[in-house]
Amino acid sequence: MQSTDTHLNANHARKFSRRERSATLAFWAFVAPMVIGLTVFTLIPIVWGFLLSLSHAQNTIHVGHFIGLANYQDLLTDEQFLRSLWTVVIFALFIVPLTYVVSLSLALLVNRVGWGRPFFRTVFFLPSAVSYVVASLIWRVSLFNGLPFGFANKVISAFGVGPIAWIGTVNPPWYWLVLVTARLWLQVGFYMIIFLAGLQEIPRSVYEAAAVDGADRGWAVLRHITLPQLRNTSISVLLLNLIAAFQAFDEFYNILGGSGASVGNTALARPPLVYLYGLALSDQDFGRGTAGAFILTMLIFAVTLIQGRILGFGQAD
Amino acid sequence: MKTRPWQDRLGDVGRYGLLALLALLFLIPFYLILRNAFMTDAQITSFHWSWLPLPPHGENFQQLFKDPAAPLLTGLENSAIIAITTLVLQMLFSSMAGYALARIPARGRSVVFFLIVATLMIPGAVTFVPTYAVMAYLGGVNTRWGIIAPGLFSAFSTFLFRQFYLGFPAEIEEAGQLDGLGYFGIYWHLLVPNSTSVLMSLGVLTFIGSWNSFLWPLVIGQDPSSWTVQVVLSTFLTAQTLELAHLFAAAAIGILPLVIVFLLMQRYIVEGAKFSGGK
Repeated sequence: MQSTDTHLNANHARKFSRRERSATLAFWAFVAPMVIGLTVFTLIPIVWGFLLSLSHAQNTIHVGHFIGLANYQDLLTDEQFLRSLWTVVIFALFIVPLTYVVSLSLALLVNRVGWGRPFFRTVFFLPSAVSYVVASLIWRVSLFNGLPFGFANKVISAFGVGPIAWIGTVNPPWYWLVLVTARLWLQVGFYMIIFLAGLQEIPRSVYEAAAVDGADRGWAVLRHITLPQLRNTSISVLLLNLIAAFQAFDEFYNILGGSGASVGNTALARPPLVYLYGLALSDQDFGRGTAGAFILTMLIFAVTLIQGRILGFGQAD
Repeated sequence: MKTRPWQDRLGDVGRYGLLALLALLFLIPFYLILRNAFMTDAQITSFHWSWLPLPPHGENFQQLFKDPAAPLLTGLENSAIIAITTLVLQMLFSSMAGYALARIPARGRSVVFFLIVATLMIPGAVTFVPTYAVMAYLGGVNTRWGIIAPGLFSAFSTFLFRQFYLGFPAEIEEAGQLDGLGYFGIYWHLLVPNSTSVLMSLGVLTFIGSWNSFLWPLVIGQDPSSWTVQVVLSTFLTAQTLELAHLFAAAAIGILPLVIVFLLMQRYIVEGAKFSGGK
Protein backbone atom coordinates (compact mmCIF):
# COMPACT_ATOMS: atom_id res chain seq x y z
CA MET A 1 0.00 0.00 0.00
CA GLN A 2 2.75 2.31 1.03
CA SER A 3 4.50 1.99 -2.30
CA THR A 4 1.39 2.73 -4.39
CA ASP A 5 0.85 5.83 -2.32
CA THR A 6 4.29 7.27 -2.97
CA HIS A 7 3.93 6.23 -6.56
CA LEU A 8 0.65 8.18 -6.81
CA ASN A 9 2.19 11.16 -5.08
CA ALA A 10 5.15 11.24 -7.39
CA ASN A 11 2.83 10.92 -10.35
CA HIS A 12 0.69 13.73 -9.00
CA ALA A 13 3.71 15.96 -8.43
CA ARG A 14 5.01 15.34 -11.91
CA LYS A 15 1.62 16.06 -13.42
CA PHE A 16 1.27 19.17 -11.32
CA SER A 17 4.66 20.53 -12.25
CA ARG A 18 3.93 19.86 -15.89
CA ARG A 19 0.72 21.81 -15.56
CA GLU A 20 2.54 24.57 -13.74
CA ARG A 21 5.14 24.71 -16.46
CA SER A 22 2.53 24.90 -19.20
CA ALA A 23 0.74 27.64 -17.24
CA THR A 24 3.95 29.65 -17.02
CA LEU A 25 4.57 29.13 -20.72
CA ALA A 26 1.02 30.22 -21.60
CA PHE A 27 1.26 33.21 -19.26
CA TRP A 28 4.39 34.55 -20.91
CA ALA A 29 3.00 33.91 -24.39
CA PHE A 30 -0.07 35.98 -23.51
CA VAL A 31 1.76 38.89 -21.90
CA ALA A 32 4.71 38.93 -24.32
CA PRO A 33 3.40 41.58 -26.77
CA MET A 34 2.47 43.91 -23.92
CA VAL A 35 5.68 43.40 -21.96
CA ILE A 36 7.86 43.87 -25.03
CA GLY A 37 5.87 46.90 -26.17
CA LEU A 38 5.90 48.65 -22.82
CA THR A 39 9.60 47.89 -22.45
CA VAL A 40 10.53 49.30 -25.84
CA PHE A 41 8.20 52.31 -25.87
CA THR A 42 7.99 53.25 -22.20
CA LEU A 43 10.75 51.77 -20.04
CA ILE A 44 13.67 52.10 -22.44
CA PRO A 45 12.69 55.70 -23.33
CA ILE A 46 12.66 56.58 -19.63
CA VAL A 47 16.10 55.11 -19.00
CA TRP A 48 17.52 56.41 -22.27
CA GLY A 49 15.87 59.77 -21.70
CA PHE A 50 17.33 60.02 -18.22
CA LEU A 51 20.83 59.33 -19.57
CA LEU A 52 20.23 61.86 -22.36
CA SER A 53 19.18 64.43 -19.79
CA LEU A 54 22.62 64.03 -18.19
CA SER A 55 24.37 64.37 -21.54
CA HIS A 56 25.29 67.09 -23.93
CA ALA A 57 23.08 65.84 -26.75
CA GLN A 58 22.80 68.56 -29.36
CA ASN A 59 21.73 67.19 -32.76
CA THR A 60 22.16 63.65 -31.52
CA ILE A 61 20.07 61.05 -29.75
CA HIS A 62 23.15 59.19 -28.55
CA VAL A 63 24.21 59.13 -24.95
CA GLY A 64 27.82 59.65 -24.11
CA HIS A 65 29.01 63.15 -23.49
CA PHE A 66 28.01 63.30 -19.82
CA ILE A 67 27.74 66.73 -18.27
CA GLY A 68 26.08 65.91 -14.96
CA LEU A 69 23.10 68.02 -14.01
CA ALA A 70 24.01 70.97 -16.25
CA ASN A 71 20.88 70.55 -18.42
CA TYR A 72 18.66 70.67 -15.35
CA GLN A 73 20.55 73.69 -14.05
CA ASP A 74 20.21 75.46 -17.39
CA LEU A 75 16.48 74.86 -17.53
CA LEU A 76 15.80 75.86 -13.96
CA THR A 77 17.53 79.19 -14.60
CA ASP A 78 16.00 79.54 -18.08
CA GLU A 79 13.44 82.30 -17.80
CA GLN A 80 11.37 80.96 -20.71
CA PHE A 81 11.11 77.48 -19.24
CA LEU A 82 10.19 78.82 -15.81
CA ARG A 83 7.59 81.02 -17.39
CA SER A 84 6.17 77.98 -19.21
CA LEU A 85 5.75 76.25 -15.85
CA TRP A 86 3.89 79.29 -14.53
CA THR A 87 1.75 79.37 -17.63
CA VAL A 88 0.59 75.80 -17.10
CA VAL A 89 -0.04 76.40 -13.39
CA ILE A 90 -2.22 79.42 -14.24
CA PHE A 91 -4.00 77.36 -16.88
CA ALA A 92 -4.67 74.57 -14.38
CA LEU A 93 -5.98 77.09 -11.83
CA PHE A 94 -8.55 78.24 -14.39
CA ILE A 95 -9.51 75.01 -16.10
CA VAL A 96 -9.64 72.52 -13.22
CA PRO A 97 -12.17 74.31 -10.94
CA LEU A 98 -14.19 75.54 -13.92
CA THR A 99 -14.44 72.06 -15.43
CA TYR A 100 -15.41 70.64 -12.06
CA VAL A 101 -18.20 73.16 -11.45
CA VAL A 102 -19.57 73.13 -14.99
CA SER A 103 -19.53 69.35 -15.47
CA LEU A 104 -21.07 68.73 -12.04
CA SER A 105 -23.76 71.37 -12.69
CA LEU A 106 -24.58 69.84 -16.06
CA ALA A 107 -24.83 66.39 -14.48
CA LEU A 108 -27.13 67.65 -11.72
CA LEU A 109 -29.33 69.46 -14.24
CA VAL A 110 -29.53 66.54 -16.69
CA ASN A 111 -30.12 64.10 -13.85
CA ARG A 112 -33.13 66.08 -12.61
CA VAL A 113 -35.09 66.12 -15.87
CA GLY A 114 -37.05 63.18 -17.17
CA TRP A 115 -38.25 64.10 -20.62
CA GLY A 116 -35.45 64.90 -23.09
CA ARG A 117 -32.63 63.62 -20.88
CA PRO A 118 -30.95 61.54 -23.62
CA PHE A 119 -31.06 64.53 -25.96
CA PHE A 120 -29.36 66.92 -23.54
CA ARG A 121 -26.82 64.30 -22.52
CA THR A 122 -25.88 63.74 -26.16
CA VAL A 123 -25.57 67.46 -26.91
CA PHE A 124 -23.22 68.11 -23.97
CA PHE A 125 -21.21 64.95 -24.63
CA LEU A 126 -20.89 65.38 -28.40
CA PRO A 127 -17.89 67.79 -28.28
CA SER A 128 -15.85 64.85 -26.90
CA ALA A 129 -15.81 63.49 -30.45
CA VAL A 130 -14.10 66.65 -31.73
CA SER A 131 -10.32 66.95 -31.81
CA TYR A 132 -8.42 69.79 -30.15
CA VAL A 133 -7.17 70.76 -33.60
CA VAL A 134 -10.66 71.25 -35.02
CA ALA A 135 -11.86 73.06 -31.88
CA SER A 136 -8.82 75.35 -32.10
CA LEU A 137 -9.66 76.01 -35.73
CA ILE A 138 -13.24 77.04 -34.91
CA TRP A 139 -12.19 79.09 -31.89
CA ARG A 140 -9.37 80.89 -33.69
CA VAL A 141 -10.82 81.53 -37.12
CA SER A 142 -14.54 81.85 -36.46
CA LEU A 143 -15.70 82.08 -32.85
CA PHE A 144 -12.99 84.38 -31.49
CA ASN A 145 -11.78 85.89 -34.72
CA GLY A 146 -10.52 89.38 -33.94
CA LEU A 147 -12.14 90.90 -37.02
CA PRO A 148 -15.73 92.17 -36.98
CA PHE A 149 -17.03 88.98 -38.69
CA GLY A 150 -15.98 86.77 -35.77
CA PHE A 151 -18.95 85.30 -33.92
CA ALA A 152 -18.04 86.67 -30.48
CA ASN A 153 -17.50 90.14 -31.95
CA LYS A 154 -20.83 89.87 -33.73
CA VAL A 155 -22.51 89.08 -30.43
CA ILE A 156 -20.89 91.93 -28.50
CA SER A 157 -21.63 94.36 -31.32
CA ALA A 158 -25.31 93.81 -30.53
CA PHE A 159 -24.53 95.42 -27.15
CA GLY A 160 -22.70 98.27 -28.82
CA VAL A 161 -19.19 97.00 -27.96
CA GLY A 162 -16.58 97.28 -30.69
CA PRO A 163 -14.63 94.27 -32.01
CA ILE A 164 -11.94 92.83 -29.75
CA ALA A 165 -8.74 91.14 -30.92
CA TRP A 166 -9.33 88.14 -28.65
CA ILE A 167 -6.11 86.31 -29.36
CA GLY A 168 -3.74 89.21 -29.85
CA THR A 169 -4.70 91.39 -26.89
CA VAL A 170 -2.25 91.30 -24.01
CA ASN A 171 -4.02 93.69 -21.65
CA PRO A 172 -6.47 92.40 -20.60
CA PRO A 173 -5.30 88.89 -21.58
CA TRP A 174 -8.35 87.82 -23.54
CA TYR A 175 -6.42 84.87 -25.03
CA TRP A 176 -6.96 83.03 -21.75
CA LEU A 177 -10.69 83.21 -22.37
CA VAL A 178 -10.15 81.64 -25.79
CA LEU A 179 -7.85 78.88 -24.50
CA VAL A 180 -9.93 78.00 -21.45
CA THR A 181 -13.33 77.96 -23.19
CA ALA A 182 -11.99 75.70 -25.95
CA ARG A 183 -10.89 73.01 -23.49
CA LEU A 184 -14.00 73.53 -21.38
CA TRP A 185 -16.25 72.87 -24.37
CA LEU A 186 -14.26 69.80 -25.38
CA GLN A 187 -14.07 68.07 -22.01
CA VAL A 188 -16.99 68.97 -19.71
CA GLY A 189 -19.30 66.43 -21.39
CA PHE A 190 -16.90 63.58 -20.60
CA TYR A 191 -16.71 64.52 -16.92
CA MET A 192 -20.48 65.10 -16.86
CA ILE A 193 -20.91 61.44 -17.86
CA ILE A 194 -18.67 60.35 -15.00
CA PHE A 195 -20.67 62.49 -12.56
CA LEU A 196 -23.96 61.14 -13.92
CA ALA A 197 -22.70 57.60 -13.25
CA GLY A 198 -21.74 58.68 -9.73
CA LEU A 199 -25.14 60.28 -9.13
CA GLN A 200 -26.93 57.14 -10.21
CA GLU A 201 -25.05 55.12 -7.63
CA ILE A 202 -26.31 57.17 -4.71
CA PRO A 203 -29.02 55.05 -3.09
CA ARG A 204 -32.50 56.56 -2.98
CA SER A 205 -32.78 55.69 0.68
CA VAL A 206 -30.17 58.33 1.54
CA TYR A 207 -32.36 61.05 0.07
CA GLU A 208 -35.46 59.62 1.70
CA ALA A 209 -33.74 59.66 5.08
CA ALA A 210 -32.79 63.28 4.49
CA ALA A 211 -36.36 64.17 3.58
CA VAL A 212 -37.50 62.74 6.91
CA ASP A 213 -34.98 65.01 8.60
CA GLY A 214 -36.53 67.96 6.79
CA ALA A 215 -33.72 68.55 4.29
CA ASP A 216 -35.44 67.71 1.03
CA ARG A 217 -34.49 70.37 -1.44
CA GLY A 218 -31.82 72.61 -2.80
CA TRP A 219 -28.52 73.49 -1.25
CA ALA A 220 -28.90 71.50 1.94
CA VAL A 221 -29.25 68.23 0.04
CA LEU A 222 -26.43 69.13 -2.34
CA ARG A 223 -24.05 70.09 0.45
CA HIS A 224 -24.84 67.42 2.99
CA ILE A 225 -25.72 64.45 0.81
CA THR A 226 -24.94 64.67 -2.88
CA LEU A 227 -21.43 66.13 -2.65
CA PRO A 228 -20.21 63.81 0.15
CA GLN A 229 -21.63 60.81 -1.76
CA LEU A 230 -19.77 61.97 -4.88
CA ARG A 231 -16.49 62.29 -3.03
CA ASN A 232 -14.64 59.50 -4.83
CA THR A 233 -16.01 60.53 -8.22
CA SER A 234 -14.95 64.12 -7.56
CA ILE A 235 -11.44 63.10 -6.65
CA SER A 236 -10.96 61.03 -9.78
CA VAL A 237 -12.41 63.82 -11.96
CA LEU A 238 -10.09 66.41 -10.39
CA LEU A 239 -7.08 64.14 -10.70
CA LEU A 240 -7.65 63.16 -14.35
CA ASN A 241 -8.32 66.77 -15.25
CA LEU A 242 -5.29 68.16 -13.42
CA ILE A 243 -2.88 65.68 -15.00
CA ALA A 244 -4.35 66.42 -18.45
CA ALA A 245 -4.07 70.19 -17.89
CA PHE A 246 -0.36 69.96 -17.09
CA GLN A 247 0.15 68.16 -20.42
CA ALA A 248 -1.66 70.81 -22.45
CA PHE A 249 -0.24 71.20 -25.93
CA ASP A 250 -2.77 70.99 -28.77
CA GLU A 251 -4.87 74.12 -28.22
CA PHE A 252 -1.88 76.31 -27.29
CA TYR A 253 0.01 75.18 -30.37
CA ASN A 254 -2.96 75.59 -32.72
CA ILE A 255 -4.68 78.69 -31.32
CA LEU A 256 -1.56 80.74 -30.65
CA GLY A 257 0.94 79.14 -33.03
CA GLY A 258 1.87 80.36 -36.45
CA SER A 259 4.05 79.24 -39.31
CA GLY A 260 4.51 80.14 -42.94
CA ALA A 261 2.44 83.17 -43.88
CA SER A 262 0.84 83.69 -40.49
CA VAL A 263 2.43 85.26 -37.45
CA GLY A 264 1.87 83.35 -34.24
CA ASN A 265 1.40 84.52 -30.69
CA THR A 266 3.00 81.53 -28.96
CA ALA A 267 5.07 83.84 -26.77
CA LEU A 268 1.87 84.98 -25.03
CA ALA A 269 1.27 81.64 -23.34
CA ARG A 270 3.64 78.76 -23.91
CA PRO A 271 3.02 75.67 -21.76
CA PRO A 272 5.96 73.33 -21.04
CA LEU A 273 5.13 70.79 -23.76
CA VAL A 274 5.11 73.49 -26.44
CA TYR A 275 8.43 74.75 -25.12
CA LEU A 276 9.92 71.24 -25.04
CA TYR A 277 8.60 70.57 -28.53
CA GLY A 278 10.58 73.56 -29.79
CA LEU A 279 13.64 72.54 -27.79
CA ALA A 280 13.70 68.95 -29.05
CA LEU A 281 12.27 69.20 -32.57
CA SER A 282 13.42 72.65 -33.74
CA ASP A 283 16.64 73.14 -31.77
CA GLN A 284 17.40 69.38 -31.74
CA ASP A 285 18.62 69.72 -28.16
CA PHE A 286 17.68 66.32 -26.76
CA GLY A 287 19.68 66.75 -23.56
CA ARG A 288 17.68 69.71 -22.38
CA GLY A 289 14.48 68.41 -23.99
CA THR A 290 14.56 65.22 -21.93
CA ALA A 291 15.65 67.09 -18.79
CA GLY A 292 12.59 69.31 -19.18
CA ALA A 293 10.37 66.24 -19.57
CA PHE A 294 11.66 64.88 -16.27
CA ILE A 295 11.19 68.21 -14.49
CA LEU A 296 7.59 68.37 -15.72
CA THR A 297 6.95 64.76 -14.69
CA MET A 298 8.25 65.55 -11.21
CA LEU A 299 6.00 68.61 -11.07
CA ILE A 300 2.98 66.49 -12.05
CA PHE A 301 3.87 63.92 -9.36
CA ALA A 302 4.24 66.69 -6.79
CA VAL A 303 0.91 68.30 -7.66
CA THR A 304 -0.82 64.91 -7.66
CA LEU A 305 0.65 64.11 -4.24
CA ILE A 306 -0.39 67.50 -2.85
CA GLN A 307 -3.90 66.98 -4.14
CA GLY A 308 -3.89 63.47 -2.69
CA ARG A 309 -2.77 64.85 0.68
CA ILE A 310 -5.61 67.37 0.70
CA LEU A 311 -8.41 65.24 -0.72
CA GLY A 312 -7.23 61.65 -0.38
CA PHE A 313 -6.71 59.41 -3.38
CA GLY A 314 -10.27 58.24 -3.72
CA GLN A 315 -10.03 54.91 -1.91
CA ALA A 316 -12.67 53.98 0.58
CA ASP A 317 -11.96 55.75 3.87
CA MET B 1 -51.99 61.48 -4.58
CA LYS B 2 -49.80 64.40 -3.64
CA THR B 3 -50.15 67.41 -5.91
CA ARG B 4 -46.86 68.93 -6.90
CA PRO B 5 -46.33 72.38 -5.40
CA TRP B 6 -46.09 75.27 -7.84
CA GLN B 7 -42.42 75.77 -6.90
CA ASP B 8 -41.65 72.37 -8.38
CA ARG B 9 -43.29 73.17 -11.67
CA LEU B 10 -41.57 76.55 -11.79
CA GLY B 11 -38.31 74.74 -11.11
CA ASP B 12 -39.00 72.45 -14.07
CA VAL B 13 -39.58 75.40 -16.38
CA GLY B 14 -36.38 77.03 -15.15
CA ARG B 15 -34.38 73.82 -15.61
CA TYR B 16 -35.62 73.21 -19.13
CA GLY B 17 -35.04 76.85 -20.05
CA LEU B 18 -31.49 76.71 -18.74
CA LEU B 19 -30.79 73.37 -20.42
CA ALA B 20 -32.12 74.61 -23.75
CA LEU B 21 -29.92 77.70 -23.53
CA LEU B 22 -26.84 75.65 -22.66
CA ALA B 23 -27.60 73.16 -25.45
CA LEU B 24 -27.70 76.03 -27.96
CA LEU B 25 -24.39 77.33 -26.62
CA PHE B 26 -22.78 73.89 -26.96
CA LEU B 27 -24.01 73.53 -30.54
CA ILE B 28 -22.69 76.91 -31.76
CA PRO B 29 -19.24 75.56 -32.79
CA PHE B 30 -20.85 72.77 -34.86
CA TYR B 31 -23.12 75.32 -36.45
CA LEU B 32 -20.17 77.58 -37.29
CA ILE B 33 -18.28 74.76 -39.04
CA LEU B 34 -21.26 73.88 -41.22
CA ARG B 35 -22.20 77.49 -41.93
CA ASN B 36 -18.69 78.47 -43.00
CA ALA B 37 -18.05 75.25 -44.95
CA PHE B 38 -20.95 76.04 -47.27
CA MET B 39 -20.19 79.77 -47.77
CA THR B 40 -17.81 81.67 -49.99
CA ASP B 41 -14.96 83.57 -48.36
CA ALA B 42 -16.70 86.84 -49.20
CA GLN B 43 -19.80 85.68 -47.33
CA ILE B 44 -17.80 84.52 -44.29
CA THR B 45 -15.90 87.78 -43.92
CA SER B 46 -18.89 89.96 -44.79
CA PHE B 47 -19.73 92.75 -42.39
CA HIS B 48 -23.36 91.69 -42.56
CA TRP B 49 -23.89 88.51 -40.62
CA SER B 50 -26.03 85.92 -42.38
CA TRP B 51 -27.16 82.99 -40.31
CA LEU B 52 -27.57 80.52 -43.14
CA PRO B 53 -25.26 79.77 -46.07
CA LEU B 54 -27.70 80.59 -48.85
CA PRO B 55 -27.29 79.43 -51.50
CA PRO B 56 -25.10 76.60 -50.11
CA HIS B 57 -21.70 76.39 -51.80
CA GLY B 58 -21.07 72.66 -51.96
CA GLU B 59 -18.31 73.18 -54.50
CA ASN B 60 -15.96 74.03 -51.61
CA PHE B 61 -15.62 70.32 -51.00
CA GLN B 62 -14.87 69.46 -54.62
CA GLN B 63 -12.28 72.21 -54.90
CA LEU B 64 -10.69 71.13 -51.63
CA PHE B 65 -10.07 67.60 -52.89
CA LYS B 66 -8.72 68.88 -56.20
CA ASP B 67 -6.28 71.28 -54.51
CA PRO B 68 -2.81 69.72 -54.89
CA ALA B 69 -1.51 71.90 -52.04
CA ALA B 70 -3.93 70.27 -49.61
CA PRO B 71 -3.00 66.63 -48.87
CA LEU B 72 -6.35 65.99 -47.18
CA LEU B 73 -6.99 62.61 -48.85
CA THR B 74 -3.58 61.32 -47.76
CA GLY B 75 -4.34 62.57 -44.26
CA LEU B 76 -7.68 60.81 -44.14
CA GLU B 77 -6.12 57.60 -45.41
CA ASN B 78 -3.29 57.76 -42.86
CA SER B 79 -5.68 58.54 -40.01
CA ALA B 80 -8.06 55.72 -40.94
CA ILE B 81 -5.28 53.12 -41.17
CA ILE B 82 -3.66 54.33 -37.94
CA ALA B 83 -6.90 54.48 -35.94
CA ILE B 84 -8.17 51.08 -37.09
CA THR B 85 -4.83 49.32 -36.52
CA THR B 86 -4.54 50.90 -33.08
CA LEU B 87 -8.08 49.89 -32.20
CA VAL B 88 -7.67 46.23 -33.21
CA LEU B 89 -4.17 45.58 -31.88
CA GLN B 90 -4.51 47.55 -28.66
CA MET B 91 -7.66 45.63 -27.76
CA LEU B 92 -5.99 42.30 -28.67
CA PHE B 93 -2.75 42.90 -26.74
CA SER B 94 -4.38 44.36 -23.67
CA SER B 95 -7.13 41.75 -23.41
CA MET B 96 -4.54 38.99 -23.81
CA ALA B 97 -2.33 40.44 -21.10
CA GLY B 98 -5.34 41.21 -18.90
CA TYR B 99 -6.53 37.61 -19.23
CA ALA B 100 -3.15 36.17 -18.31
CA LEU B 101 -2.77 38.53 -15.35
CA ALA B 102 -6.22 37.69 -14.04
CA ARG B 103 -6.51 33.97 -14.66
CA ILE B 104 -3.25 32.14 -15.35
CA PRO B 105 -1.36 31.32 -12.15
CA ALA B 106 2.29 31.52 -13.11
CA ARG B 107 5.70 32.55 -11.92
CA GLY B 108 6.49 36.18 -12.62
CA ARG B 109 2.89 37.31 -12.62
CA SER B 110 3.36 39.85 -9.85
CA VAL B 111 6.44 41.29 -11.58
CA VAL B 112 4.45 41.88 -14.78
CA PHE B 113 1.56 43.36 -12.83
CA PHE B 114 3.95 45.72 -11.08
CA LEU B 115 5.33 46.81 -14.47
CA ILE B 116 1.80 47.60 -15.67
CA VAL B 117 0.88 49.58 -12.56
CA ALA B 118 4.17 51.49 -12.61
CA THR B 119 3.59 52.43 -16.26
CA LEU B 120 0.11 53.67 -15.37
CA MET B 121 1.62 56.41 -13.22
CA ILE B 122 3.75 57.92 -15.99
CA PRO B 123 2.08 60.92 -17.64
CA GLY B 124 1.94 59.83 -21.28
CA ALA B 125 2.44 63.00 -23.27
CA VAL B 126 5.41 64.15 -21.20
CA THR B 127 7.57 61.27 -22.41
CA PHE B 128 7.31 62.27 -26.05
CA VAL B 129 10.89 63.58 -26.20
CA PRO B 130 12.58 60.39 -24.94
CA THR B 131 10.18 58.20 -26.96
CA TYR B 132 11.04 60.25 -30.03
CA ALA B 133 14.73 59.52 -29.41
CA VAL B 134 14.02 55.76 -29.30
CA MET B 135 11.80 56.00 -32.38
CA ALA B 136 14.47 57.89 -34.30
CA TYR B 137 16.94 55.14 -33.37
CA LEU B 138 14.51 52.45 -34.60
CA GLY B 139 13.93 54.33 -37.87
CA GLY B 140 10.25 55.02 -37.26
CA VAL B 141 10.29 58.75 -38.05
CA ASN B 142 8.03 59.63 -41.01
CA THR B 143 6.44 56.19 -41.07
CA ARG B 144 2.94 55.03 -40.25
CA TRP B 145 4.19 52.29 -37.94
CA GLY B 146 6.22 54.88 -36.06
CA ILE B 147 3.03 56.80 -35.36
CA ILE B 148 1.10 53.63 -34.50
CA ALA B 149 3.53 51.55 -32.43
CA PRO B 150 3.66 53.33 -29.02
CA GLY B 151 -0.14 53.57 -28.96
CA LEU B 152 -0.60 49.80 -29.21
CA PHE B 153 0.57 49.08 -25.69
CA SER B 154 -1.76 50.49 -23.11
CA ALA B 155 -1.15 49.74 -19.45
CA PHE B 156 -4.47 51.37 -18.74
CA SER B 157 -6.51 49.05 -20.99
CA THR B 158 -4.57 46.05 -19.67
CA PHE B 159 -5.41 47.04 -16.12
CA LEU B 160 -9.11 47.41 -16.96
CA PHE B 161 -9.23 44.04 -18.74
CA ARG B 162 -7.54 42.39 -15.77
CA GLN B 163 -10.14 43.84 -13.40
CA PHE B 164 -12.90 42.72 -15.74
CA TYR B 165 -11.63 39.14 -16.11
CA LEU B 166 -11.07 38.81 -12.35
CA GLY B 167 -14.84 39.00 -12.00
CA PHE B 168 -15.48 35.94 -14.17
CA PRO B 169 -16.57 32.77 -12.29
CA ALA B 170 -14.00 30.01 -11.76
CA GLU B 171 -16.31 27.56 -13.54
CA ILE B 172 -15.23 29.06 -16.86
CA GLU B 173 -11.87 27.27 -16.74
CA GLU B 174 -13.52 24.03 -15.60
CA ALA B 175 -16.01 24.18 -18.45
CA GLY B 176 -13.18 24.90 -20.87
CA GLN B 177 -11.11 21.98 -19.62
CA LEU B 178 -14.10 19.66 -19.97
CA ASP B 179 -14.33 20.75 -23.60
CA GLY B 180 -10.64 20.07 -24.00
CA LEU B 181 -9.67 23.69 -24.38
CA GLY B 182 -6.22 24.96 -23.47
CA TYR B 183 -5.44 28.47 -22.24
CA PHE B 184 -5.70 29.92 -25.71
CA GLY B 185 -9.00 28.15 -26.39
CA ILE B 186 -10.45 29.40 -23.11
CA TYR B 187 -9.38 32.95 -23.94
CA TRP B 188 -10.62 32.91 -27.51
CA HIS B 189 -13.81 30.83 -27.22
CA LEU B 190 -15.01 31.66 -23.71
CA LEU B 191 -13.61 35.00 -22.55
CA VAL B 192 -13.50 37.13 -25.70
CA PRO B 193 -17.12 36.42 -26.72
CA ASN B 194 -18.18 37.35 -23.19
CA SER B 195 -16.33 40.64 -23.14
CA THR B 196 -17.83 42.32 -26.20
CA SER B 197 -19.23 45.19 -24.12
CA VAL B 198 -15.82 46.05 -22.65
CA LEU B 199 -14.12 45.54 -26.01
CA MET B 200 -16.62 47.89 -27.66
CA SER B 201 -16.44 50.53 -24.92
CA LEU B 202 -12.67 50.67 -24.73
CA GLY B 203 -12.32 50.11 -28.46
CA VAL B 204 -14.45 53.04 -29.47
CA LEU B 205 -12.63 55.33 -27.01
CA THR B 206 -9.31 54.07 -28.39
CA PHE B 207 -10.46 54.76 -31.94
CA ILE B 208 -11.59 58.32 -31.11
CA GLY B 209 -8.41 59.00 -29.15
CA SER B 210 -6.24 57.75 -32.00
CA TRP B 211 -8.11 59.69 -34.71
CA ASN B 212 -7.94 62.89 -32.66
CA SER B 213 -4.40 62.58 -31.32
CA PHE B 214 -2.07 65.33 -32.38
CA LEU B 215 1.25 65.70 -30.55
CA TRP B 216 2.79 62.31 -31.39
CA PRO B 217 1.71 62.28 -35.08
CA LEU B 218 3.06 65.83 -35.34
CA VAL B 219 6.41 64.79 -33.86
CA ILE B 220 6.81 61.63 -35.96
CA GLY B 221 5.05 62.58 -39.20
CA GLN B 222 7.28 65.38 -40.39
CA ASP B 223 6.87 64.62 -44.07
CA PRO B 224 3.49 65.47 -45.70
CA SER B 225 3.12 61.85 -46.86
CA SER B 226 2.83 60.69 -43.25
CA TRP B 227 0.60 63.52 -41.98
CA THR B 228 -2.61 62.48 -40.25
CA VAL B 229 -5.77 64.47 -40.80
CA GLN B 230 -5.12 66.43 -37.57
CA VAL B 231 -1.64 67.41 -38.71
CA VAL B 232 -3.00 68.44 -42.12
CA LEU B 233 -5.68 70.62 -40.50
CA SER B 234 -3.18 72.11 -38.07
CA THR B 235 -0.83 72.98 -40.92
CA PHE B 236 -3.64 74.69 -42.84
CA LEU B 237 -4.57 76.57 -39.68
CA THR B 238 -1.18 77.74 -38.46
CA ALA B 239 0.16 78.56 -41.92
CA GLN B 240 -3.14 80.08 -43.05
CA THR B 241 -2.46 79.19 -46.63
CA LEU B 242 -5.97 78.03 -47.36
CA GLU B 243 -9.16 79.95 -48.07
CA LEU B 244 -11.38 80.16 -45.00
CA ALA B 245 -14.24 78.31 -46.68
CA HIS B 246 -11.93 75.45 -47.64
CA LEU B 247 -10.47 75.37 -44.14
CA PHE B 248 -13.95 74.83 -42.70
CA ALA B 249 -14.86 72.30 -45.36
CA ALA B 250 -11.73 70.36 -44.38
CA ALA B 251 -12.62 70.59 -40.69
CA ALA B 252 -16.14 69.34 -41.43
CA ILE B 253 -14.69 66.31 -43.26
CA GLY B 254 -12.21 65.76 -40.42
CA ILE B 255 -14.91 65.46 -37.74
CA LEU B 256 -17.65 63.79 -39.81
CA PRO B 257 -16.44 60.17 -39.33
CA LEU B 258 -16.18 60.69 -35.59
CA VAL B 259 -19.54 62.38 -35.18
CA ILE B 260 -21.09 59.38 -36.96
CA VAL B 261 -19.16 56.88 -34.81
CA PHE B 262 -20.12 58.88 -31.73
CA LEU B 263 -23.82 58.98 -32.45
CA LEU B 264 -23.98 55.28 -33.39
CA MET B 265 -21.86 54.04 -30.50
CA GLN B 266 -22.86 56.48 -27.79
CA ARG B 267 -24.03 53.76 -25.41
CA TYR B 268 -20.58 52.18 -25.47
CA ILE B 269 -18.77 55.50 -25.21
CA VAL B 270 -20.75 56.30 -22.06
CA GLU B 271 -19.69 52.94 -20.60
CA GLY B 272 -16.09 53.59 -21.59
CA ALA B 273 -16.14 57.02 -19.98
CA LYS B 274 -17.36 55.46 -16.74
CA PHE B 275 -14.51 52.90 -16.82
CA SER B 276 -11.99 55.66 -17.42
CA GLY B 277 -13.39 57.62 -14.52
CA GLY B 278 -12.74 54.73 -12.20
CA LYS B 279 -16.34 53.54 -11.97
